[in-house]
Amino acid sequence: MDNDWDLYEVFVRSKRGLSHKHCGSVHAADSKMAIENARDLYTRRSEGESIWVIRAADITASDPAEGDALFGPAADKVYRHPTFYEIPDEVGKM
Amino acid sequence: MYTTDLRTAEEKAAAEKAGLKLAENPESIAELEEIFQARIDADEYIEPKDWMPDGYRKTLTRQISQHAHSEIIGMFPEGNWVTRAPTLMRKLILIAKIQDEAGHGLYLYSAAETLGTSRAEMVDQLLSGKAKFSTIFNYPTMNWADIGTVGWLVDGAAITNQIPLCRCSYGPYARAMVRVCKEESFHQRQGYEALLAMAKGTDAQRKMIQDAFDRMFWPSLMMFGPPDSDSMHLSQNTIWKIKRFSNDELRQRFVDATIPQAQHLGITIPEGIVFNEETGHWDFPDLDWDEFWAVVKGDGVCSSNRMDARRKAVDDGAWVREAATAYAEKQAQKSSAA
Ligand SMILES: [Fe+2]
Ligand SMILES: [Fe+2]
Repeated sequence: MDNDWDLYEVFVRSKRGLSHKHCGSVHAADSKMAIENARDLYTRRSEGESIWVIRAADITASDPAEGDALFGPAADKVYRHPTFYEIPDEVGKM
Repeated sequence: MYTTDLRTAEEKAAAEKAGLKLAENPESIAELEEIFQARIDADEYIEPKDWMPDGYRKTLTRQISQHAHSEIIGMFPEGNWVTRAPTLMRKLILIAKIQDEAGHGLYLYSAAETLGTSRAEMVDQLLSGKAKFSTIFNYPTMNWADIGTVGWLVDGAAITNQIPLCRCSYGPYARAMVRVCKEESFHQRQGYEALLAMAKGTDAQRKMIQDAFDRMFWPSLMMFGPPDSDSMHLSQNTIWKIKRFSNDELRQRFVDATIPQAQHLGITIPEGIVFNEETGHWDFPDLDWDEFWAVVKGDGVCSSNRMDARRKAVDDGAWVREAATAYAEKQAQKSSAA
């Protein structure tokens, strides 16, 4: 077969008020066709009311091998969570 | 649902270099394999950019692309009946089911692509006959009862196979399977309902059901693959949690679910299938594995027919792909000129 068209990653919003969620990828000659292909492939049962497509090649992703270094700084900051603080029961819900 | 290998060219080159270094240093591979297996044992999902053993990548690429090919080829036996569906409603249902199967093929090709093989290469492997697809689609669909039976038995067997795959260790494959399974249930139900309608009809219609069952039941049991006694891939795939139940276990599960459904349709159950009070399962005779292997090797009734139809579809669509490419290029030029 001839070469593949570009790969596009597809994001679908199931209804207004929610965020777009990654749901898969399609090949297409251009972004307009990518939207149409994504419509046919990922919303056959009205799973969405809005679609984003982006060329996979244009996405920069973090490297899982560097996950520790990248996300490490958050690990020792327990004081960012409400449960870190002890509040006397008498004070009531806070 | 899943994401592709999103590494840049530099990242890929770096990983390759690291891989070469690893090859010179077998100890570090052993270490990586250990970490990998520990993640699988802890029921973690493996994602496209994660390190994985070559064998894992190869096995999954083969299995997922083969699964994709089966979904695509599976459209042909049913497509033949779109123009001959008995009512407009049944025609709409059949078209919707076939569209789903096209979707399943595409979800699966996308999942397989995340392992690093291009879509075009996988399609070429199918067209050249190098890649296999499910043996069941090498059997003909000769009348409308066959179409009902395909939905009931073939999609039923596929569902039995696919449900455990929703928890397989490779994330993109597992997520594709969740989506597929959700869509699959109407496929089986519409088939069974079409047969129920015929069962309430004439004697001739009931005969058609019986005939379709007698021909397709055994091949549908073969969809689960060779008996456990001669499966080569079983143990490693089980350790990697690609496969969670053996072929024979799944086959038995399907037989147990199907026989009562067949009885409800008024089908005469073939000799040799008996309920075993002790085990609580339906016993059934050994299958004709010579037939299975002959079909795998391309000697099925419809083998060459299916491949010809698929190649023709690719050839007939070539001008559409060319035109779309030319149009996209022209639009790109126009917008960069503006
Ligand atoms: Fe399917
Ligand atoms: Fe199906």
